[in-house]
Amino acid sequence: MLAVTAVPITYALWLSLFRYDLRFPDERHFVGLGNYLSVLASPVWWQALANTLIITVTSVALELVLGFALALLMHRALFARRIVRTAILVPYAIITVVAALAWRFAFDPVTGFVDGLLGLERAWLGERLPAFIVIVLAEVWKTTPFVALLLLAGLTLVPRELLAAARVDGAGALARFRHVTLPLMKPAILVALLFRTLDAFRVFDTVFVLTRGALDTETVSIVGYNALIARLNLGLGSAVAVLIFVCVVAIALAYLKAFGTPLGRPAR
Amino acid sequence: MSARLLWAAGSVAAVAYALLPVAWIVSLSLKRPGDLGDGRFLPEALTLEHYQAIFVDPQFPAALVNSIGIALMTTLIAVTLATLAAYAIVRLEFRGRTLVLGAALAVAMFPGIAIVGPLFDAWRLTGLFDTWAGLVIPYVTFTLPLAIWLLAAYFRDIPWELERAARMDGATRLQALRHVILPLAAPGVVTAAILVFIFAWNDFLFAISLTSSDAARTVPAAIAFFTGASRYELPTGSIAAASVVVTAPVILVVLAFQRRIVEGLTAGAVKG
Repeated sequence: MLAVTAVPITYALWLSLFRYDLRFPDERHFVGLGNYLSVLASPVWWQALANTLIITVTSVALELVLGFALALLMHRALFARRIVRTAILVPYAIITVVAALAWRFAFDPVTGFVDGLLGLERAWLGERLPAFIVIVLAEVWKTTPFVALLLLAGLTLVPRELLAAARVDGAGALARFRHVTLPLMKPAILVALLFRTLDAFRVFDTVFVLTRGALDTETVSIVGYNALIARLNLGLGSAVAVLIFVCVVAIALAYLKAFGTPLGRPAR
Repeated sequence: MSARLLWAAGSVAAVAYALLPVAWIVSLSLKRPGDLGDGRFLPEALTLEHYQAIFVDPQFPAALVNSIGIALMTTLIAVTLATLAAYAIVRLEFRGRTLVLGAALAVAMFPGIAIVGPLFDAWRLTGLFDTWAGLVIPYVTFTLPLAIWLLAAYFRDIPWELERAARMDGATRLQALRHVILPLAAPGVVTAAILVFIFAWNDFLFAISLTSSDAARTVPAAIAFFTGASRYELPTGSIAAASVVVTAPVILVVLAFQRRIVEGLTAGAVKG
């Protein structure tokens, strides 16, 4: 199993050392780190990296807050629990491209209902900042249920007796949440954060459908796709791919270093 | 009382949040072509002509067949391999099984774009480009870790004494697995199968990078590149109708198996 991903990434590493453009296949030759220098010297890469980080940070932060609210709701509202739990699985079941198209039509100035609702006349996907808002909204909508379910699983592990004891000791709802619930949920929160950050960093489908990376909304995955598939420049594209891989590993390591390994003991 | 009302209001908001875009795309798919630009949330009059249109055009039926075939093949291969691997991890104490599980998780977080280039190049040279197998292989790679992780967590809770009992009665190891353990493991296997299927059904990056025609192009790729009567007109109605057609069955399956899926999505992650 390792082989099936280790081999391609090694191959990508190898390709990234060549000038290799499928439009000019005969001009393939070794350039060493030349491709990396080109990528790292290009403003497109840094812009895309910044965009990706903006999307990642804002969407993961929103997902965590919203996900927590949803998890608490499912945990506490006994009556509506099943209906809510059923309903929030719907975003998970929808193809990302389909969801993105739904948002695109909704925010479209001609077909959409959002402008009418807000009394605006705005081409949301025609300006940079509003386009970012729509991208983050689409991402948050689609993935909050996953975060909520992970957090709910963590919530159910908090012993009721402990909360009752804290109440007897005079702790208010907020204090109970801060000093009892949150510390016990730390592992669940970390897992949700780690999974979603790495996932959000790869964002591709939503951006591709909503803007195709126009208006400076390119993410690193879009840059990689454009170089590899749209422009068939395998050498340069592979360098981008390897850099993305390095970023993902760096994020994962930073999490593990900052919080310790949340998945320490997978085998019981 | 007011607290209960607050929770109820929250519940209503949560349900609305989850269903709004779905209701919107269903509404769009039922609008008459002339009404598509009216900016209303609900259609004024209902029509099924967009649904007729997408099945008349050969593009969408071909993509639908590709999607179903590729997703089913991926599910079958990944779940079979994962069942065997998870069985080995749980039953056969071998060194480095924690490593295998850790590696599985690492692969699940792997950025797909990093292997699109090499695969594109390799598939071009081997003739796998624009074929079903060309998509099934990367899908199996990406879903196998998740499936192994999930099944290993599930298999751990199975009463394995039953297997010993079956073997004492003369069953071979494989027979014991098939007749005693698999029925017990079935719910976990179903969960894994659904999650794998959804991954393959949902993928876009590989689908647009490794295909170029109706031969293997799956629904997400086809919808994103739908062309209308003219090149410059986005066929909103057709896209909406196609979206509903590919979404409805998956939503029904997910709702039918919701408890299992919730377990599957959170398995291992929190148990620790």
